[in-house]
Amino acid sequence: MSETNSDRQRRGDRESAFYLFTQQRLPACKPVLTPPWVITIYFLVGFIFVPVGLFTLRASHSVVEIEERYDIECVPSQFRNDKVSYIQDDSVPKNCSLLFKVDKYMKAPIYIYYQLENYYQNHRRYVRSRSDQQLLHGRNFHGTSYCQPLESSNNRPIVPCGLIAWSLFNDTFTFIRGKALLKVNRTNIAWKSDRDHKFGKNVYPFNFQNGTWIGGGKLNPRIPLSNQEDLIVWMRISALPSFRKLYGRIEEDLDVGDYVVVQLMNDYNTYSFGGKKKLVLSTSNWLGGKNDFLGLAYVFVGSSSLTVAIVFMLLHLRSQR
Amino acid sequence: MKRYVYINENESSHELYCDNRISNRKYTVLNFLPKNLWEQFSRFMNQYFLLIACLQLWSLITPVNPASTWGPLIFIFAVSASKEAWDDYNRYLSDKKANEKLVWVVRQGIRKHIQAQDIHVGNIVWLRENDEVPCDLVLIGTSDPQGLCYVETSALDGETDLKTRGIPATCMGIDFELLHKIKGVIECPNPDKDIRRFDANLRLFPPFIDNDVCPLTIKNTILQSCYLRNTEWACGVAVHTGNETKLGMSRGIPEPKLTAMDAMIDKLTGAIFVFQIVVVMVLGIAGNVWKDTEARKQWYVLYPLEGPWYELLVIPLRFELLCSIMIPISIKVSLDLVKSLYAKFIDWDSEMIDYETGIPSHATNTAISEDLGQVEYIMTDKTGTLTENRMIFRRCCINGVFYGNESGDALKLLNAVAGSSPDVIQFVTVMAICNTVIPIKSKTGAILYKAQSQDEDALVNAAAQLHMVYANKNANILEIRFNGSIIKYELLEILEFTSDRKRMSVVVKDCQNGKILLLSKGADEAILPYAYDGQQTRTFIEVVEQYAQLGLRTLCLAWRELKEDEYQEWSLMFKEASSTLVDREWRIAEVCQRLEHEFEVLGVTAIEDCLQDGVPETIETLRKAGINFWMLTGDKQNTAIQIALSCNFISPEPKGQLLLIDGKTEDEVCRSLERVLLTMRITSSEPKDVAFVVDGWALEIALKHYRKAFTELAILSRTAICCRVTPSQKAQLVELLKSCDYRTLAIGDGGNDVRMIQQADIGVGISGREGLQAARAADYSIGKFRFLKRLILVHGRYSYNRTAFLSQYSFYKSLVICFIQIFFSFISGVSGTSLFNSVSLMAYNVFYTSVPVLVSVLDKDLSEGTVMQHPQILFYCQAGRLLNPSTFAGWFGRSLFHAIIVFVITIHAYAYEKSEMEELSMVALSGCIWLQAFVVALETNSFTVLQHLAIWGNLVAFYVINWIISAIPASGMYTIMFRLCRQPSYWITMFLIVAAGMGPVLALKYLRYTYRPSKINTLQQAERMGGPILTLGNIEPQPRSIEKEVSPLSITQPKSRSPVYEPLLSDSPNSSRRSLGPGTPFDFFQLQSRLSSNYSRNCKDN
Repeated sequence: MSETNSDRQRRGDRESAFYLFTQQRLPACKPVLTPPWVITIYFLVGFIFVPVGLFTLRASHSVVEIEERYDIECVPSQFRNDKVSYIQDDSVPKNCSLLFKVDKYMKAPIYIYYQLENYYQNHRRYVRSRSDQQLLHGRNFHGTSYCQPLESSNNRPIVPCGLIAWSLFNDTFTFIRGKALLKVNRTNIAWKSDRDHKFGKNVYPFNFQNGTWIGGGKLNPRIPLSNQEDLIVWMRISALPSFRKLYGRIEEDLDVGDYVVVQLMNDYNTYSFGGKKKLVLSTSNWLGGKNDFLGLAYVFVGSSSLTVAIVFMLLHLRSQR
Repeated sequence: MKRYVYINENESSHELYCDNRISNRKYTVLNFLPKNLWEQFSRFMNQYFLLIACLQLWSLITPVNPASTWGPLIFIFAVSASKEAWDDYNRYLSDKKANEKLVWVVRQGIRKHIQAQDIHVGNIVWLRENDEVPCDLVLIGTSDPQGLCYVETSALDGETDLKTRGIPATCMGIDFELLHKIKGVIECPNPDKDIRRFDANLRLFPPFIDNDVCPLTIKNTILQSCYLRNTEWACGVAVHTGNETKLGMSRGIPEPKLTAMDAMIDKLTGAIFVFQIVVVMVLGIAGNVWKDTEARKQWYVLYPLEGPWYELLVIPLRFELLCSIMIPISIKVSLDLVKSLYAKFIDWDSEMIDYETGIPSHATNTAISEDLGQVEYIMTDKTGTLTENRMIFRRCCINGVFYGNESGDALKLLNAVAGSSPDVIQFVTVMAICNTVIPIKSKTGAILYKAQSQDEDALVNAAAQLHMVYANKNANILEIRFNGSIIKYELLEILEFTSDRKRMSVVVKDCQNGKILLLSKGADEAILPYAYDGQQTRTFIEVVEQYAQLGLRTLCLAWRELKEDEYQEWSLMFKEASSTLVDREWRIAEVCQRLEHEFEVLGVTAIEDCLQDGVPETIETLRKAGINFWMLTGDKQNTAIQIALSCNFISPEPKGQLLLIDGKTEDEVCRSLERVLLTMRITSSEPKDVAFVVDGWALEIALKHYRKAFTELAILSRTAICCRVTPSQKAQLVELLKSCDYRTLAIGDGGNDVRMIQQADIGVGISGREGLQAARAADYSIGKFRFLKRLILVHGRYSYNRTAFLSQYSFYKSLVICFIQIFFSFISGVSGTSLFNSVSLMAYNVFYTSVPVLVSVLDKDLSEGTVMQHPQILFYCQAGRLLNPSTFAGWFGRSLFHAIIVFVITIHAYAYEKSEMEELSMVALSGCIWLQAFVVALETNSFTVLQHLAIWGNLVAFYVINWIISAIPASGMYTIMFRLCRQPSYWITMFLIVAAGMGPVLALKYLRYTYRPSKINTLQQAERMGGPILTLGNIEPQPRSIEKEVSPLSITQPKSRSPVYEPLLSDSPNSSRRSLGPGTPFDFFQLQSRLSSNYSRNCKDN
């Protein structure tokens, strides 16, 4: 041992931490799972989680949300048995109207979402069928093999290429309250970062929806991609098969008892695969939209951890006796 | 089979033999890449990764950027390859240095300075004092008039003493100048690696003296890598060069050892692989079904109606790639890294430095530290391992008179010598002369002895103290100073010691009266049977036995006067035998036998070999840890048993029992083996400590004919003593235990232990007095036996625990991410979409989860002191309690649970308008990272600064890295992380994931820890709460909670070991029952075993 001590002294202070490391003797704290500690932790978690959960739940409930499914109602009754042929028949008028009753006061801005269900934007074939380079740099960019199977039509490249852009959602909505048209702000619905850095300012749609396969919406070839906000929103693909995408914002408050009539063009085909289409009006707060899950989960986790704490305490007291 | 070396005619040898270019390199510049890659890809895991990486090149099926696999793969291969390349480069450099060293070589009759690599077979090489020998040489001249020179062979065999080498007789007296022109032929065997044999002949051509054939032995050679010492110059003929030298031939790459843990990890990897295939098949089928039923309707996916022929394969292959991370690519790198750190800890350990010599412990093999913690059998050598190998002459018996007892042996003897008893003088003369010791006069005038054998050293030193000083060796003239006068002897022949003959003799001529004497010393059975007819050897036998029971090493000394003509006649035969090329050793032994008979036995010497410090404690502790000890020694049975008793190997108490297996014939051995086996079977249920003793002869028969029975015995017996065993038998025994699936550790210090050390799972060498040969061949070298305790209990145990955690954790974290991917595939149309982007996946495996876990190399579940006090705790490592399929299943379940938690919470908290792909994937990933941090924290037993830094620093680093990536406009996740971190719901989700994921895990761990604690937990509590639990006895009477612990404890210690053993073995030699023969002291036991076998037979009859 004496050698060890002299050794240590010789190495001096600066190296002593390293020396302790080499000897595996770094000072260490060794926590023990003692009953008091563990019970305290569970109590603490319980006492924090339950209030936070209730608070979150309240926040979620304070969000006013009106949701209406319209894909069935908007099909005329004679086509109800064959909705696919209805949607694919261009000669049939597709307009339709919905009535929203406002039950709670909705403070502006009110977000308008369209919601698709059973729609697999996360399908592998779909996810990968896009060219970020082309979206940013336009036709000058030639490596569009990512866009398979829709990289070109009639031997000319498509801008924007790929399945995602091709299947652009194209139902349109107009909102009327009473007699007056409700003003819907359709700008700034896409992320600013996308508009500035992901979609080119000098890239214009080209040869889009000209092919044999007819997909979704068309694009105005005179507007650059960076201003095609519906496209930008659509191309932020969703990870879940049910999703909402922002359509616009109503920048007026809606009062209790207001009726909002929605005139819509039911163009988008979800009938062939049994998808649902919904229109959602929702306010927003710090939590985002209406979502009870977090609140409920917090209350659940908090209360179970309180239960666990009490059980552990009883067990501990019994074993001590 | 033979090579003919023509001296000084190098042209002819150029084509036949290689030049002296040494090459230890494994690769050349050209073949490095292919050869190295080939080697790396011969491992299954690497092949798997390569296959995955190649599949990823097919963009149709790859879920992520191929770089996410190729990056780590190339990195890992580059690391391994550059390590190899660096090692090889260093070998090249050292080769180059050796090859370009300048040496003096005779070319065309002139001495020239040339590079060592240009030496050819047949060249004459000149060496000066302290030169390194560049190739194997046959000496033809030295500065010494007697043609002697001294070499240090430590680089070759680790022996540090100087060895004498001499020129062959025919070259004697050749003039210095003439040596340049000497011509002749050396007939020598083809290169082999035996550094103790060189059976060759030399014939010089006219005009050099006669053209007689002169025999050459290893004594006439100096081998590559030795150093010339104490000699002004020497010259020799190159016979073996380059890689064909003895050193070059013995250089071999030992087979890499695989630890039990590696094997277990491989097994688990295999299981995961099977699981992966099952998952892939299920998902592949589901994916194809979904595609045909659903995806064709989804117009936006635009599935072609007719796919290519391989279409059915595409989805399964996609899932194969998606699931490929189940087998973590990082595990190999992590394990390599921590293993080399374990080895470093051993090297650094200041408590394992031998302060007498200043030699630290060293881990040569950096890959097998975990095995140390799983040792079940220790095979130990005796001399030099358990004992100091510092021999001290203690007692002797001359002509029936006993000299020496507990105190002051030399004094009594001195008096006898002073009284000029001729017996005693003769005895001491033999002690002084009959050896191969070289006396070296130091500058102060004191005489130092350079001896190859510690026994000889002890004897010569003892003789010197008795005023019979072996003063000088001048060529063949030995000078003895005795009581002031100088007596000279001419050394005629040395009949060397071999392990077969077990004796050595010298033939000397007394220069005073011209008498020729044969002086011999050796083991009792090699001397006493050859005593002349009239001599009573009975007393000697008894003396030998008595000494042996005291644990002393005995040697019998004998002499005989030879007649002149008898010697002359024999000398011719000896010379002839020494020059045979075939079976020389056997022939010499036969010739020696003709001289070594009709001895007059002078007496018996007893040399004590002290036990090393701390040997009994070490053995006791390790036996408590459940490790079985076998002692394998070349020594006599009684000596071995005595040493075994004195170092707690076996202990004398009524409960102990020693069973002897002996016999000279097959039948006898068979009978005694069966007897022992029966006893053993009966006593294995009793709390008895049974050991068996077997000698080399019986062992030979047992291993040959009754291997099965002997194996059973080996399994039943916790302790064994094998005496009189040869090196190859030692290795056989290790092999036997290994074949029973035991983890064996062999520890030894000498060249005779090398085979056993290499054979065992773990070889430990003691860098002791017998040189470094064992230490070089070993995986670990330590300075003293007692360090073995620390090596196993501290280093082995910690290594095992750490690797157990690290490997399982590596699988756990890969499985978590993989399960999430699998769950995600169910909500993405079973199409094989990856939720995570390539960068995240790569960073997750390589960085986020690897760094914190690497710091677990500092984790200590129990302090070193506690482990030393409670060695039984090693049982958890031995039995593989911390890494086995069931613990792995626990981790598997945990990964499944955590994946569900992360996945369910993420998709619900981020539903609808928040379900953007990049955001959702980052939420899930950060959920995993948070959980990882807490899992590591929960599994860490001791937090040092580094652990805190790694665990929490890693969490911070995760955010920093992702913020940086989020700040790059070109990256896919531009602004994502900033967006998330601004959302309160993100943080709420994270805390929810942690609480929901860790709550149940903590609860389970706490319940187990408090209400069903393992032995480790109990000790942890005791150690940290300052509890008084210091012995196992104290644990039992404590409350119920610990009661359950008793049963696993009794597994650790199936037999309660009592501190003392039966005194039956130590009874004194006065017992009249004892007759001749080595087996007799065990009569009682044999009787007992016979009784018990009868007993068992009766039982059966009933």
